[in-house]
Amino acid sequence: MKLPALTTAVFGAAVALIFFYAPTDADQGFSQRIFYFHVPIALTSYACFGWGAWKALRYLRTRDERADVESYVAIHQGVVFGALTLITGSVWAKASWGVWWSWSENQLVLFLVLFLFYCAYFMLRYSVDPGPSRANMSAVYALFGVVLIPVSFLAIRLSQHFIHPVVFNSHGPQMTGSQFFTFCVALVAMLLLFATLYNVELAGKRLDAHVRDLRELLT
Amino acid sequence: MSDTVALARKDLLLELRAKETLPAMLLFVLAALTIFHFALPRGTSDVAARGLLWSALVFTALLGLTRAFVAEREQGMFDALVLAPCDRSAIWLGKALSVVAFLAAAEVVALPAFAAFFHGLGGRTIAAVALADIGIAAVGTLFGAMAVAGRARELLLPLLFLPTAIPIVVGGVGGYLWFLALYDAIFAVLAWATFEYVIAEA
Repeated sequence: MKLPALTTAVFGAAVALIFFYAPTDADQGFSQRIFYFHVPIALTSYACFGWGAWKALRYLRTRDERADVESYVAIHQGVVFGALTLITGSVWAKASWGVWWSWSENQLVLFLVLFLFYCAYFMLRYSVDPGPSRANMSAVYALFGVVLIPVSFLAIRLSQHFIHPVVFNSHGPQMTGSQFFTFCVALVAMLLLFATLYNVELAGKRLDAHVRDLRELLT
Repeated sequence: MSDTVALARKDLLLELRAKETLPAMLLFVLAALTIFHFALPRGTSDVAARGLLWSALVFTALLGLTRAFVAEREQGMFDALVLAPCDRSAIWLGKALSVVAFLAAAEVVALPAFAAFFHGLGGRTIAAVALADIGIAAVGTLFGAMAVAGRARELLLPLLFLPTAIPIVVGGVGGYLWFLALYDAIFAVLAWATFEYVIAEA
């Protein structure tokens, strides 16, 4: 059990860096520090959905039930991080633009679309009886999700004019060294947090299945 | 290929005889356009009206898609189709073709009605509608087969379908034909490749 300890350490370091090391933004002031939470959480959420889709593909290939549960857990974590992205993005929008929601902020809109899409994943999963059929459908839906991400991204870009600050462009990150370092540590911390939560939830699910098997054996 | 044609023909013949889905879709789209007329403030721009055309089309398609697998479900036809010695992707393609036919039939009424109620339509919009139909049918057929397996059924399909249909509305309202074509290509290939898994153990 080294991962939780590592996560705690890196997360603590990230929080310390964000509040004490990273320079205060000249334009947005203190509120800009939420950037170090918001963007890593968003990227982690993409990583969760990607990982879930990869496990879904593994399931369709191997028919291994474990891959189905792993895909579900990854997408579950992805939705949690996605909701956090929406909340932190909203708070940031309120702090710097004075509105809770801005349709011209295309990353937020993309997350709203993905959030709606992946919430339907749970509706689908809990509407079908457990078994290979449900696992198949969940896997196919997870694959659709990972394809929908770039398609929606393109669609939202097409539909909007931008007021979103573009931090990463073709010239590399537009950050100073200390900002970039803080950002990277925060990103690693979020990914580790995902890995830890993923392991915890997965362990719970496996225990659940194990208990159910035992109960069936007994009766 | 002949399997696909036979399945699509079966759906169309069934509809011709029973007349269940298409009249409902036609009435729905006309009622929706009428509601939109009253929902819009007087003297609204063309752009706003065009947005409403797209929402009317998406919801009408949803109505058709909800009905698409009803016969299969009620008559236990999925088992028969899965047992039949044909490529399972042919089932998807046949159903998608019949859905496109339904959508086209509904739009033959809806588009002139829209032109009469609001303002004229350009060739670009008609091309966009045609491209959107393909995407709606490709994705909607797959999700329709999923929804029909669940307990929530009619409730589930809009939840599954609408988030995925958002790019279609963006492409349609903006008139980005290349984007709609890209969407069709991507999701048709994906649906064609994965449909087999959706009905395999249904």
